[in-house]
Amino acid sequence: MSALLEARGVCKYFGGLKAVEGVDMTVNKGDIFGIIGPNGAGKTTFFNICSGIYQPTKGEILLDGEKISGLPSDQIAGRGMARTFQNIQLFRYMSVLDNVKIGFHNRTKTRLGDAIFHDKRYQKDEEFVVEKGIEILEKVGLLEFKDTLAGNLAYGVQRKVEIARALALDPKILLLDEPAAGMNPLETQSLMEFIKQLNADGYTIAVIEHDMKFVMNSCNRILVLNFGQKICEGTPDEVKNNQQVHEAYFGKGIIAGEAVK
Amino acid sequence: MRDFMLKSKALYQKHKILFNLVMIAILAVLPMFVRQSYLMGILCRILLYATLAGSLNVINGYSGQTCIGHAGFFCIGTYCEAILATRLGLSFWLVLPIAGIVTAIFGGVIALPTLKMKGIYLSIVTLGFSEIVRLLALNWEGLTGGPMGIKGIPVPEAFGFQFTGSRNYYYIFLVIAVLFLFVTGRVIRSRVGRAWISIREDELAAKSLGVQTSRYKASNFMYGAFWAGIAGAAYAPYVRFIDSTMFTLDEGFNILSMVIIGGQGTLVGPVAGSVIVNLLTELLRPVGQWRMVAYGLLIIVMMWWRPQGLVGASDSILSGNTGKKRLGKKDKRGVSA
Repeated sequence: MSALLEARGVCKYFGGLKAVEGVDMTVNKGDIFGIIGPNGAGKTTFFNICSGIYQPTKGEILLDGEKISGLPSDQIAGRGMARTFQNIQLFRYMSVLDNVKIGFHNRTKTRLGDAIFHDKRYQKDEEFVVEKGIEILEKVGLLEFKDTLAGNLAYGVQRKVEIARALALDPKILLLDEPAAGMNPLETQSLMEFIKQLNADGYTIAVIEHDMKFVMNSCNRILVLNFGQKICEGTPDEVKNNQQVHEAYFGKGIIAGEAVK
Repeated sequence: MRDFMLKSKALYQKHKILFNLVMIAILAVLPMFVRQSYLMGILCRILLYATLAGSLNVINGYSGQTCIGHAGFFCIGTYCEAILATRLGLSFWLVLPIAGIVTAIFGGVIALPTLKMKGIYLSIVTLGFSEIVRLLALNWEGLTGGPMGIKGIPVPEAFGFQFTGSRNYYYIFLVIAVLFLFVTGRVIRSRVGRAWISIREDELAAKSLGVQTSRYKASNFMYGAFWAGIAGAAYAPYVRFIDSTMFTLDEGFNILSMVIIGGQGTLVGPVAGSVIVNLLTELLRPVGQWRMVAYGLLIIVMMWWRPQGLVGASDSILSGNTGKKRLGKKDKRGVSA
């Protein structure tokens, strides 16, 4: 097991607000890595730092042993990190297939001149993009929607389009920000299976999720954040039995037996 | 109406090449049936503005940047042609691409410092740029002739044939407009065009998928400016006399209104906009300055009633709605999965 994504002492301050404070994390190759924590714990901020949308105030992020913090997000994407967003950010007025096509941006090379003259490179790229795009849609089970505008799809399906789009990057690691948010239990179940399937296909996945059933059943390692700080990192069982995690979720009194006193 | 539009769109998609060839053929023989040179003049204007509005649409409609000082690029292209043709005596056919490239460079110069700007801030910069270009043209007497303008711009020649008057010049405008639409259509349906559109739809997501947004925003600006420069360069020998009063902010807004009325983010939109605005200009000539009021009303009504423009079915960010609201609207239309 080698570390694929590493965070070392990552801090992010917004003025006086310490959104993320000294978080260390190691995601190994082949993991489904869960990040949990109460609302406002800094999970999404932490993801945004990993994917280059924010720059960390202190600390560094390493992808495959190379430092990526400080790079703009398009370069980080180019190095093999794909992500989805908490509030779905699809290209709403592009078809589903076109959405996926954007994901191939870095894997194709067509330039203005190629496009104008429809030369070999253009044709090769377009063929590649359509073929691979359809392949991905088939895998995700969205083939029937390929010409639909992404914004017209049902919520759960839109989440899948976002994942499909991220898969087009052929990423080393996939960051999913609350993929099950707003889904019913049935959809969550199928998403869980889907994510496990992706993992079996060789994708390393880091996922922020509130659904405990989801996290405890599918993740092999979990990081717990609270008020921007790491309070626990380990296997689901370790996390389940961790005192600090209980306190973060349920409060101090009852668990510690203080309410009884 | 909606059904009709959808049906005609489907029909067009089916016989695309045939339809386009027939259109071009009709446009090519049109001058033989139009007797008055007054009408030919209008046709020339329509074609010129179709290219100009189209090039602005590439910036505003496809990458979602808001340029409202397009007259500045038009001005640079025009002066570039006029200066090179009168001072150095270069042939029109050589100057045409040079003017395009020079204007594209100016587009890049404007785009680079403004990459981080969005919406209204970018608009103001482009507005300022347009005015600066006009003031330069007005005051740099040594180069531009100042308020006297540049006169006696030589007409283009090909194989001993002189393109004088609107009847002959029509073909130059036609070729440029068709070329513009053809080339732009291809670019839009490629990796480059998709990157532009992705920036319009969601810049953050585009960036997270590896699209170098700054680079594509700059290239988008340069591409739009390039065609504005070409249109400008074609315009100079047509009017044969140019001065800075032709490139005021009004001109920029005029081009912008065509894009808005026709429909941003579509290829046909600006063409339709050019036809409507130019015809309206002629029809409203009797009421004089009141036609400005008519334009204003038209834009307000369009914004209210059909923000995506007359032929614009893009329903994108440009249609003025956001998020859920946009979805609701779409559903009402019965265009569903």
